[in-house]
Amino acid sequence: MRTTRRTFLQTSLATAAAALLPTSLRAQQGQPARRPIPSTREEMPIVGLGTWITFNVGNDPVLRNECADVMAAFFEGGGRMIDSSPMYGSSQPVVGYGLQKLGRPPALFSAEKVWTSSATAGPAQIEQSRRFWGVPKFDLVQVHNLLAWKAHLQTLLQMKAAGTVRYVGITTSEGRRHDLVEQIMRNEPIDFVQFSYNVVDREAEARLLPLAAERGIAVIVNRPFRQGQLTNRLKNKPLPEWAAEIGVSSWAQLMLKFILSHPAVTVAIPATTRVEHVRENLSAAVGPMPDLATRQRISAHVQAL
Amino acid sequence: MSECWTYRAEDFLLFSPRVYWRMFEAHNAALWPLHVVTLAAGLFIILLIAWRPGVFARWIALILAVLWIFVGWFFLWSRYTTVNWAAAYVAPAFAVEGGLLLILSFRDSPAFDRRGPVAWIGYILLAFGIAGQPLLAPLQGRGWASSEVFGIAPDPTAIATLGVLLLARGRLVPWLLPIPVLWCLLSSITLRTMGEPQAWAPAAAVALTAAAWTWTIIRQRGSLPAA
Repeated sequence: MRTTRRTFLQTSLATAAAALLPTSLRAQQGQPARRPIPSTREEMPIVGLGTWITFNVGNDPVLRNECADVMAAFFEGGGRMIDSSPMYGSSQPVVGYGLQKLGRPPALFSAEKVWTSSATAGPAQIEQSRRFWGVPKFDLVQVHNLLAWKAHLQTLLQMKAAGTVRYVGITTSEGRRHDLVEQIMRNEPIDFVQFSYNVVDREAEARLLPLAAERGIAVIVNRPFRQGQLTNRLKNKPLPEWAAEIGVSSWAQLMLKFILSHPAVTVAIPATTRVEHVRENLSAAVGPMPDLATRQRISAHVQAL
Repeated sequence: MSECWTYRAEDFLLFSPRVYWRMFEAHNAALWPLHVVTLAAGLFIILLIAWRPGVFARWIALILAVLWIFVGWFFLWSRYTTVNWAAAYVAPAFAVEGGLLLILSFRDSPAFDRRGPVAWIGYILLAFGIAGQPLLAPLQGRGWASSEVFGIAPDPTAIATLGVLLLARGRLVPWLLPIPVLWCLLSSITLRTMGEPQAWAPAAAVALTAAAWTWTIIRQRGSLPAA
């Protein structure tokens, strides 16, 4: 489309107006709510896209295109962060395939991991991952499951200083090694921390989430549905009537809203293979969020079922 | 590490059942009609063991050696590794089994003269690997396209090999058991983790092999009267 002075001004004014809108107002306009990354104030839509299992489809052309469709729906719905890892089989090249097919969406926030027990193999693995994605550089690289974390974190901090990665972080999952995660959060200059948190796995509320808020560390929440266990368990049970009060029409939305309404959470990364599910997930970031009492009610209700 | 106990089999499953079975569909489509040849080879093995074991014993081991190397290369290394990086560590074990079978073929020709319960278990496993396993896909509603066929897919190849090894006698035969047994255990865990009912098949093959081998050892030590 040709850019005239008029369209340029219209676009600029619209962008400026959008930036001035409070989070909730923007969410009401159908776009997912955003939260700032504490270390830079860069705004991030609070629902991202995970790739664990779902994007490991090998060379299957049908399934690769389905993944690209999921990515297309994700970006169309206002999503930004896609998270992957060298551990996830073919997920990285499948993400790269999708990005290429979609014309490399500029909204992408690429979140990757380094996962090798060899301290010296980290840079080569990150470079291999970058080639799979086909991006000039990653926005975020995290030390996966704290494997050889001292050496890799040093590498990542050097990369950040050199401008070859924008943010650094660490990850864990399923409540493992929270003591070490806490120690790193207290002592290392990380931008992001990633761990599991959901309506039934709430250990992170005790120390990690408050510490992240205190230290200004962005939080990525993995396994929001316990790898589909929770959605499978609840799929034949009726939603409570009070769920409609917070604009929820599915269990997935209810469980995501529980996570997203914690003020220390920056982004949750549900994984899916279906376009309708990615839209449903993004819609959880739109509209009213549960207050503290409703959060307790959600958790108690799900645990009782 | 202290958190090792917190890991479950599910934590190591990298792919969905849909991806797993579509992989077999793609593999079958890519290799068809080679299935006819490998199934014919399987039937040939049964006939040789039943009727002319002495003369053609070397050929049985040679056929199995070729099929193990073929499955290790074309399925595990070339296809399975695309969704499961751990398969890259398993594929060489298939080459080792193929190598051991080659040695058995050329240096230590086995005798197929077992009779009694152990032999019958051997025939059951051999028949299941060749004729039974391919039926599991349509029986479970997946259609023939994702069938696992002897000499094309690892499970029926390993199960049928266990059957042959139970029927065989020779110095090298015990050394050939661990790799197919370990593969069957690994496959059973994978299938069980995916929630697939057919996880029982490789597990049952291992259980029957263990029972038959235990029976053989007890008999060799003279604890039981000869059958």
